[in-house]
Amino acid sequence: MEPFHHNFNLDNYRKLLKSYITTEDETSLYQAELFSKLSMQHNILPEEIINIHIQALRELYPDLPKEIDSSLNFLLETMISYGLAYQEFQTLREKQGELESEISIAANMQQTLLSTHKPKIMGLDIGAVSVPANIMNGDYYHFVTDENGNLGIAIADVIGKGIPAALAMSMIKYSLDSFPETQRNPSVILENLNRVVERNVDTGMFITMFYGLFHAKSNLLQFASAGHEPGFYYCAKEDKFFEIKTKGIVLGVTNDTTYEQFEIQMEPGDVVILLTDGVTECRVGDRFIDTDEMLEVIREYLHLPAQEAVERVFRHFEKLQGFHLRDDFTLIFLKK
Amino acid sequence: MDLNIEVNDQGLSQSIKLAGEIDAYTAPKLKEALLPLVKKENVTVVVDLEHVNYMDSTGLGVFISALKATKEYDSELRLVSLQDRVRRLFEITGLENIINIDSTVRGGK
Repeated sequence: MEPFHHNFNLDNYRKLLKSYITTEDETSLYQAELFSKLSMQHNILPEEIINIHIQALRELYPDLPKEIDSSLNFLLETMISYGLAYQEFQTLREKQGELESEISIAANMQQTLLSTHKPKIMGLDIGAVSVPANIMNGDYYHFVTDENGNLGIAIADVIGKGIPAALAMSMIKYSLDSFPETQRNPSVILENLNRVVERNVDTGMFITMFYGLFHAKSNLLQFASAGHEPGFYYCAKEDKFFEIKTKGIVLGVTNDTTYEQFEIQMEPGDVVILLTDGVTECRVGDRFIDTDEMLEVIREYLHLPAQEAVERVFRHFEKLQGFHLRDDFTLIFLKK
Repeated sequence: MDLNIEVNDQGLSQSIKLAGEIDAYTAPKLKEALLPLVKKENVTVVVDLEHVNYMDSTGLGVFISALKATKEYDSELRLVSLQDRVRRLFEITGLENIINIDSTVRGGK
């Protein structure tokens, strides 16, 4: 241990104590405060200070009444337990710091592992935003293109939050990447992923996913859903929103599930809106906003370029919830 | 908000009444109460959700774990009196097709 400041010694403390007892002046109190700050900086335990106090007192007043003298021993013993508890607390605080830094490393790694590029597809304007409620994101989206310029879109929500969720997401991402281009059929992809998840995750953990395949030449969007929060389709001709209806159980619960495939023929001005429950379960105070209110907000920004639009919608809901997200928030617009 | 759990043990017929919210914070408490109940051979466990006004996907995870346990122990799990918001979650996720949900008693305001 480094040599402690010359202020921390018995002589000094005794002088301070004596000066305070005889004059009760503020200066000695101020000195005492400095003394205790220094003690903390040098990891001096509380019982050591008590010990110094006792010694100083005994030297100043050798004839202390027996009761007072033994009460000081009593205080010393008490402070020893307190000191132990305090040391334990300090150790835990250090450990907490270490864990926090590990989690932030994991979060960075998650971003690297799961990063996806928003591709440029002729005639399709894509906007995507995904914001975690805590450090780790349990939502995920992924874009993949093939040589014909077709676009595969996955949006998923893994239940169970935090690190296990992030690890499960990496598994999904690498499975998605490993499917050959010839098998990018949404229902086939979900059926394969379901088997991967069912075999590899804990009971009680599951993943919801919407998978779409946009054919650039024909503007046809094929899709299937594994229990994912339904998205919406904005039909420009009718100026109306429709819920995208699908059927299919979440990934990871049964091993022999099939997923029905649906399709939408997109026309100019149409928008496909994909989201996670962090968007639909937006709360204002004690109340959930309803679907119509949510769609009104989306409608307000729909005319903007897709990326700007999703960001503005996110900021709107973030503000509405007092800048405190309860759940991860992911929103994707595909504008024709 | 908290989750209140009331278990009524009648041998092979167990019922459990829930009130409050089932989310990431309260789901572990539900799991602790529900799983031991379904892990007994031939029991029927009825879960009353009439007073559950919010459930998130973490809650679904607990019911999926319980459902998987019923297959192992030959027990039965039934959910009754779901509020519309909670029922919608089982519909969207397709879980209504594999979990026994009583459709005759419908709660919710």
